[in-house]
Amino acid sequence: MPDLLLENVRLLDPAANLDQHGGLLVRDGRIADFGANLGRPDGVGTLDGGGAILCPGLVDMRASLGEPGYEYRETIASAAEAAAAGGITTLAALPDSRPAIDDPALVRLMRSRGEETGSLTILPYAALTRGCRGEELAEIGLLREAGAVAFTDGQHAVGNARLMRLALSYASGFGALIIQHPEDPALAAGGAATEGEQATRLGLPGIPAVAEAMLVARDIRLARLTGSRLHFAHVSTAETLELIRRAKAEGLAVTCDTAPPYFDLNETAIGDFRTYAKLSPPLRAEADRLAICAGLADGTIDAIASDHQPRDADDKRLPFALASPGGAGLATLLGVTLAQVHGNGLLLARALELLTSGPAAVLGAEAGRLARGAPADLCLFDPERAWQVEAGKLAGKAQNTPFDNRALEGKVLGTWKAGKRVFG
Amino acid sequence: MHYGHKHLLAIEGLHPPEIAHLLDLAESYVLLNRSGKTQRDLLRGRTLINLFFEDSTRTRTSFELAGKRLGADVINMSVSTSSVNKGETLLDTATTLNAMRCDLLVVRHNQSGAPNLLAQKVASSVINAGDGTHEHPTQALLDALTLRRRKGSLEGLLVAICGDVLHSRVARSNIHLLTTMGSRVRVVGPPTLIPASVANLGVEIHHDMESGLAGADVVMMLRLQRERMQGGLVPSEREYFRFFGLDRAKLAGAKQDAIVMHPGPMNRGVEIDSAVADDPVRSVIGTQVEMGVAVRMAVLDTLSRQALRNA
Repeated sequence: MPDLLLENVRLLDPAANLDQHGGLLVRDGRIADFGANLGRPDGVGTLDGGGAILCPGLVDMRASLGEPGYEYRETIASAAEAAAAGGITTLAALPDSRPAIDDPALVRLMRSRGEETGSLTILPYAALTRGCRGEELAEIGLLREAGAVAFTDGQHAVGNARLMRLALSYASGFGALIIQHPEDPALAAGGAATEGEQATRLGLPGIPAVAEAMLVARDIRLARLTGSRLHFAHVSTAETLELIRRAKAEGLAVTCDTAPPYFDLNETAIGDFRTYAKLSPPLRAEADRLAICAGLADGTIDAIASDHQPRDADDKRLPFALASPGGAGLATLLGVTLAQVHGNGLLLARALELLTSGPAAVLGAEAGRLARGAPADLCLFDPERAWQVEAGKLAGKAQNTPFDNRALEGKVLGTWKAGKRVFG
Repeated sequence: MHYGHKHLLAIEGLHPPEIAHLLDLAESYVLLNRSGKTQRDLLRGRTLINLFFEDSTRTRTSFELAGKRLGADVINMSVSTSSVNKGETLLDTATTLNAMRCDLLVVRHNQSGAPNLLAQKVASSVINAGDGTHEHPTQALLDALTLRRRKGSLEGLLVAICGDVLHSRVARSNIHLLTTMGSRVRVVGPPTLIPASVANLGVEIHHDMESGLAGADVVMMLRLQRERMQGGLVPSEREYFRFFGLDRAKLAGAKQDAIVMHPGPMNRGVEIDSAVADDPVRSVIGTQVEMGVAVRMAVLDTLSRQALRNA
C-alpha cells in the first residue's frame, strides 16, 4: 500500500485535545506522524484535503448487519460499503442474527468476515443468553476469549430480573460488559408507538415511555448489587437520562449511548403511518428529544451509535403495527450528528468524541484516536457541505432511513482503513 | 365549498364545510331513499369494491346498498386475515384491484392505517370502512346526520361517548367530527379503556357514568369486545355492566330529552340494557342504520365527482 501525506487538513482528535491545521503522514497503513509542519518524505504521494476536517475513523457501537440470516436486508459487504460512506471504520455488530452469535466459532467468524471486507473492523457482540432467548446464560467466558467485546441480546431486553442479576454477577467475574436494550418487555408487549397523543390519534397500541426508565432503574440497582459494568443502548427518554446521570454521580460503572433518531426526530415523524419512522425504542415526545440533546452536551451520554437496523421494503410496506421496527443509519450517522453542532450548539469536538473515542472507551477498543503508530483509520469530512438524504440512493443495501429528504450539512469526503482509501 | 380530497380515510383533518357538505348531501339522499326512488345513472358503469378483511354485515351491506342505489356495479370481496402474510395480501390485492380498474374501493381492515397504505398503491378512491382502532369515518358521519336531524344542529351539543374508547375507531372519528363541528364531547369509561392523552383531542374525561352523563344531550355507547375481559382491562362483564352499562337509572342523569346511540352490534346486558336500547323515544339506533345508507351514498357521490373533476 502506497504511503500518503494528507495535507491542508484540520486535524481533529477530541481524545487528544487536538484541533489544528496541518497534515498527517500514513506509512505502511499506520499513522506515522501528524502535525502543523510535516515535511513530505521522498516518494510519498500527497492529497490536498482542502481544509476539511480529518478525524479518526468513526466507531459505531451498535449496528445490525443482516448477516447471518437476513441477507435480503443487508450483507456484511453492503453494510461495509455504507459504513465507509459514513466515515465508519470500526463497528460493533449485534448478535441477534439467525443464528444468534452465541458460539465462539461464530464470534471468530464475524471478526474474520470484517477483515475480509478490507474496509471495516467488526467488533462482535455475543449473545448474553443462548439464542438471545432470555432463558439461560451464554458461555460468556469462552465467547469473550473468542473476541466478543460485550454481551447483549440485541433488540431484546433481558426482562427477567433474576436472570439479569445472574448475568451481571457472572460477567463481572470476567470484567465483561453487558449491554441492555432498555425496555420492560411486559409493558412494551404489542406496542407500536410511544403511548400518548400521537398514538391515540393514529389508533396505534402504545408503549408507555416509562417502560424504558423502569428497566433502567431496575438494572442500575442490579449493577450496584453485583458491582458489574452495564451499558444501556439507545436511550431515548428524559427520565432514563436522569437515572443514568445519578448512577454515574454515584460512581457506578454505568454508561449509555443514543442514536440520531432520538435527538433529531420526535414521535410526530410517524404521522400518516410512516413505517420508516417506526423504531425500537419508538420515537418519543419532543421533551424527551430535548433531554437527549442535553445529555449529549453534558456528558451523560457516552456515545452516539448508528443503531443501523436494515429492513427491506416488504418489512416496511405493511400496516404500521405489523411493520418491522428499525432504521438504516450508517450513512447518515455523521451528518445527523453534525446537525446538533450546526443547529443546537453542540461543540464539534464533543460531537466527534461521541462518535470516536467515546464508544471506543466503552468497548475498550483500540480505535477512535489519531495516534502515532496506530492503524490509519481516518475520516475526512467537510462540516459545511450540504446534501440531502434520499432513500433509494444511500450507500449500501438497506434504504429504510427515517431521515428521508432530510437536508444535512456535513459530508464525508474520504474514508481510509489502515491507510487504504475505502471511500471517496 | 367542495370536498377537497380524493379519498375518505379519516375525519381528522376535514374542515367544517367539508363535513357540512357531506351531511347536506346525505340529507337529500334520506329524502330520496324515503321516496322509494333511486338515482341509478349517477354511478352507472362505475365499479365499487367492498374489500373487507374483517367480518362485517351491517357496514358492508350499507355500502352495497348505497352503491346499488346510485347505479354502481358492486362487488364484495372478503379476504381472510388469518393468513400469516397479511401485508403481502394487502399489497398484492392492491395490484389486483388496479388491474380490475376499480373506481371506488371500500376497505375494512383490523390494522390501523391499512386503508392509508392501500390508498398509496391503488388508482381508485379509497373509503375507510373502519381500520383497526384508528377511524371509522362514515360511522361518525351517519351519527352526525342522525344527531343533526334529531337535535337541529351539532353546535353546542353535549355528547357523552361511553365505554371502550381505547379500542374504538368509532369513538375517534366521532371525537374529531363532533369537536370540529362545535359540540362538547366527554369520554366516559374506566381508566384502562381511555386512551392516553385523549384530552388533547379536545374532550373531557370522566370515569363514572353519573358525572359523565350529567346534562348530556346525547349518550353514545360503544361496543365492549369480549376479548378485552381476557386482556384484564376490565375484570368481568357483570362489573362492567354495573358501573358502565347504560340502564334507565344511569340515563336518568342525562337531559330529559337525551338520545341514545350505539354503532352496533350491541352486547345487550354488557354495555347497554335492552330496556334502553329498545326504547322508541330515547333510542335512535334504528335511525342510525337508515342514515348509514344515505351518508354512504353522499360519500360515493362526492368522491366519484371529485375523481371526475381530477380526471
